[in-house]
Amino acid sequence: MKRFIVRRVGYAALSLVLLSFTIFFFVRVTGDPTVLLLEPGASRADMEALRQQLGLDRPLLVQYWTFLSQIVRGDFGQSFYYRTPVLELYFSRLPNSLALAVVAMTFSLVIGIPSGIVAAVRLNGWWDSAGKIFALLGLSVPSFLVGLLLILFFSVYLGWLPSSGSGTVWHVLMPAFALGWYFAAAHMRLTRSSMLEVLGSEYVKLARLKGLPEALVIAKHAFKNALIPVLTLAGINLVLMVNVAVIVETVFAWPGVGRLLFEGITFRDFPVVQATVVIGGAMIVVANLLVDLLYAVIDPRIRYGR
Amino acid sequence: MDASAPSPAHTSRALSLTLAWRFAAFQTARLPLVPIAIIALFALAAIFADVIAPHDAQVGSLSARFRPPAWVQGGSAEFLFGTDHLGRDVLSRLIFGARVSMVVGFTAVIVAGVLGTALGILSGYLGGWVDQVIMRVTDAWLALPALTFAVFLAAVVGPSEMNIVIILAAAYWTRYARVIRGEVLSLKERDFVRLSIVAGCSKWTIMRKQILPNVVNSAVVLATLMLGVVIVTEASLSFLGVGVPPPKPAWGLMLADGKKGLMAGYWWLTVFPGACIMLLVLAANLIGDWLRVKFDPQLRQL
Repeated sequence: MKRFIVRRVGYAALSLVLLSFTIFFFVRVTGDPTVLLLEPGASRADMEALRQQLGLDRPLLVQYWTFLSQIVRGDFGQSFYYRTPVLELYFSRLPNSLALAVVAMTFSLVIGIPSGIVAAVRLNGWWDSAGKIFALLGLSVPSFLVGLLLILFFSVYLGWLPSSGSGTVWHVLMPAFALGWYFAAAHMRLTRSSMLEVLGSEYVKLARLKGLPEALVIAKHAFKNALIPVLTLAGINLVLMVNVAVIVETVFAWPGVGRLLFEGITFRDFPVVQATVVIGGAMIVVANLLVDLLYAVIDPRIRYGR
Repeated sequence: MDASAPSPAHTSRALSLTLAWRFAAFQTARLPLVPIAIIALFALAAIFADVIAPHDAQVGSLSARFRPPAWVQGGSAEFLFGTDHLGRDVLSRLIFGARVSMVVGFTAVIVAGVLGTALGILSGYLGGWVDQVIMRVTDAWLALPALTFAVFLAAVVGPSEMNIVIILAAAYWTRYARVIRGEVLSLKERDFVRLSIVAGCSKWTIMRKQILPNVVNSAVVLATLMLGVVIVTEASLSFLGVGVPPPKPAWGLMLADGKKGLMAGYWWLTVFPGACIMLLVLAANLIGDWLRVKFDPQLRQL
């Protein structure tokens, strides 16, 4: 078990170093940020001075080393554009992203779990077919299209919800639904198949043989166990939602970390891009690592597998 | 569970459970005629765009801006699906947009497929440090959501159709590499491969003649399923303004333009390109499901 943990943590760390390396060098291929930061008529000398000030005149490997050693100390440097610490910027946006992700997750679970259960209980029935169509649509209709159609319906025709911005509860509803849409279908599919697996198990048969009412069997015996894989996936998906929302954030002008990354890329604000990518990558890697280790604790076959 | 395979146990289990249903759900002995017809229709539109498009897709007349579709009051038969903010015919742009989506989608899926399959075979068959290197790179790649990665790359290399293909291939080859590697791991233990080793075939020959033909089916199924994902990603990139460059008629770009007229109630600028993306992706997914069931007898028995 110890060796397993050490190896997995090592792999995760290696992934992050590779990721930071890739991002660091790729972002420098986008061009010279000083061109965008100075007035159009700025002189050569001004640009050189700024490059020196930002530390961009040093050799790339030296810059990378500084970057890495700063990260280890929890410092992601200063934004070229805003001239404030990047972490401050990041943490000013993160609450928005989290709020969006939490509401989106709520939508996806509230839609996904009940419809998955009904589809499994009424196997091959009308509900099941409806579920299949929903699952297919969830995969095929991109989130930004859902967002645009929501705006068209709720903002333009009905005039009920604000089409963009943030601040009130009403602002978060449409972007959260658009973001949660795909995940609702994913959660529904998993709930259904997980329910089916549990419903075929011995202890559910026993519960039925004991003469428990079917509703109780489903609600108490089957549902609880079927929920475990769904909640695990939901945990991973919550982390993903924070990090893939860039396009939904764009549609609704929602000030989350996705927009921060996108603005950083457009302004060639290297520290901002590096920080958002590395922190986002770290979140995903750590979430996966935790689940991996948890499963290894639960199921010894995984850790002795090889 | 292979501990050196980075795929977490839970995800692979969740995935196999989910996929099993998804694919079993649409199993049928018959050809999926409707999806094939939809793809064929878009393909024809893409090939013969110059002939069928009623108007120029890139130049409009400013006197005919924001015309509604023909069946709405104020619309005319001249512009069946209306016109956009520059007076360009929406139908013509949709037809030429099909060309962009199809060309980018198919090329990207093929490039990613060839790259991912080759690396998957090398990684799975050779094992050792080659496997380690390829899988660690795949890990680092997967630490970022593919869309984020694509947005980032797109901003780095600048917008052009060629670049989009490269970006999409770069973002999605890992999916193929993972799946194919897994298959090769079990294939190389099979008797026919062992016999080839005994017969004195070189590693290169075995990979090419024994392994490759046995993973082609999976690669094709995966490619069909990836087609939808790739088309959506291309549309997303174009929508964000880092995809296909503006005068070109891409559906994602049309949606970005449509968004500007959304609050004014010009719904046709959003609904029609949206419907095209949805139909094409839906059809690709249905065909992918069908192929998967057809090529995998184990799934058929589910």
